[in-house]
Amino acid sequence: MKLIEADDVNVYYGDNHVLKDISLSIKENTVTAFIGPSGCGKSTFLRTLNRMNDYIDTFRLEGKIEIDGKNIYGKKVKVEELRQKVGMVFQKPNPFPKSIFENVAYGLKIQGSNDKDLIADRVEKSLKQAALWGEVKDILNKSALSLSGGQQQRLCIARTLAVKPSIILMDEPASALDPISTAKIEELIFELKTKYTIVIVTHNMQQAARISERTAFFYLGNLVEYDKTSEIFTNPKHKQTENYITGRFG
Amino acid sequence: MKKSTERLIEGGLAFSGLVTVLTTLAIIYVLLSESWGFFQEVSLFSFLTDVEWTPLFTNKHYGILPLLSGTILTTLIALLTALPFGITISVYLSEYAPKGFRKSIKPALETLAAVPTVVYGFFALTVVTPFLQSFIPGLSTFNALSAGIVMGIMIIPLISSLSEDALQAVPKSLREASFGMGATRFQTAFKVVVPAASSGILVSIILGISRAIGETMVVAIAAGQQPTLTFDPRDAVETITAYIVQVSLGDVQHGSLEYKTIFAAGISLFVFTFLLNNISYRLKKKYQEQYE
Repeated sequence: MKLIEADDVNVYYGDNHVLKDISLSIKENTVTAFIGPSGCGKSTFLRTLNRMNDYIDTFRLEGKIEIDGKNIYGKKVKVEELRQKVGMVFQKPNPFPKSIFENVAYGLKIQGSNDKDLIADRVEKSLKQAALWGEVKDILNKSALSLSGGQQQRLCIARTLAVKPSIILMDEPASALDPISTAKIEELIFELKTKYTIVIVTHNMQQAARISERTAFFYLGNLVEYDKTSEIFTNPKHKQTENYITGRFG
Repeated sequence: MKKSTERLIEGGLAFSGLVTVLTTLAIIYVLLSESWGFFQEVSLFSFLTDVEWTPLFTNKHYGILPLLSGTILTTLIALLTALPFGITISVYLSEYAPKGFRKSIKPALETLAAVPTVVYGFFALTVVTPFLQSFIPGLSTFNALSAGIVMGIMIIPLISSLSEDALQAVPKSLREASFGMGATRFQTAFKVVVPAASSGILVSIILGISRAIGETMVVAIAAGQQPTLTFDPRDAVETITAYIVQVSLGDVQHGSLEYKTIFAAGISLFVFTFLLNNISYRLKKKYQEQYE
């Protein structure tokens, strides 16, 4: 089933035309990787999917993005509800300066939940899902900032999961981490895709090849090629794609 | 650069640093030595417990409590006025206002701080007090309420500007994390950004308090010069600073006991602010540990 459907999306920052006629669709319970050199528009496109670009004053979008058959830029859409459904994990781990427990409970609390048992239960489940429970179950009240970078990033994933999204956007989630932490995150993504639809921006070609089923290559604001990951990496149709994945530029 | 010039510059820098330290030490020395003379004649016990302060009358009493209560009362009123406005303004400017608006409104707010305090004093006496009298029965011409409110208005820019700096220093990534989970601007502002900036906000509040405690002109003009042990904001009160002004401007004889009361009052003020700074320092440390 198609979950995300972008149709002729154009994005401008003031006079700067940063995304040009992007059309693509993403299926449920898959991992899709966005690759391309810096400034190609892949992160901008990712951020249109949960309307994170709304906070940039000069941002303007044309075209249509549908999630679950609903235009997310439609007038009646509540961004808050959209973002509960479309969670996001950022490049640098950004836990709140609160306890580990409070970090994961935050999403539920802002929805107005007061049920202590429900919150505790959801916190535990989310931390387990993010493969962090074993490491933090005895220090839930300690500050999240006392965790290592890799643990912090898994905490941010747990925090996102606690809101029960159906889509998780990841913006280079492992680029600030060491190889071991990166491997853990990748493992995690692998497990999560059975339940969630994951869209990941990455600079790491091997990572894209390892974890994604489909890959989209962006270049200078264009979607050059979008295909099965195996196709993109073994049999790219475009010269630009081939040049990029073989490391000739970018 | 030559070694000798280097040394000269170093010496100059060290000297500038030393000047401020020496000035502080000198002030403490003068305060201590002059008030020492005072406490030779008035016991510390009666200074701290006597409920009247009448050094300039024939029936002399030297109890600091009325001056202290006046200081605390006006400061409290100032704080109650400044806090809600100061914090709201800082949150609005930092989290809601468009960039261009913030850039133009912040300097405008800061000019409030550039108004001479004597102007604020007369503003309190001739505008605020008559206005308050129109609906508060029993409000005397000189009163703690009006002086406190105006003092509060005076420290709003200080609190809002410093708090706004603290809020702005909170990394953008925390706001994004909050928005990314479906939080509204309001939730993000008050559940993430304000707590993360709490130590900075606390510092702004404490600086506001010290400013209010040390403020002289407004209270000297509008709060009256009548040391009374009261916590009724409608009454005339006298603060420690206002008393010092009153006596310094009068014709008390140099070296007399009346003269020495200035230093006794001064050292009380000093102890007061010193304690406050200590408390704030500890509070700040506690907050920071919480987030480490």
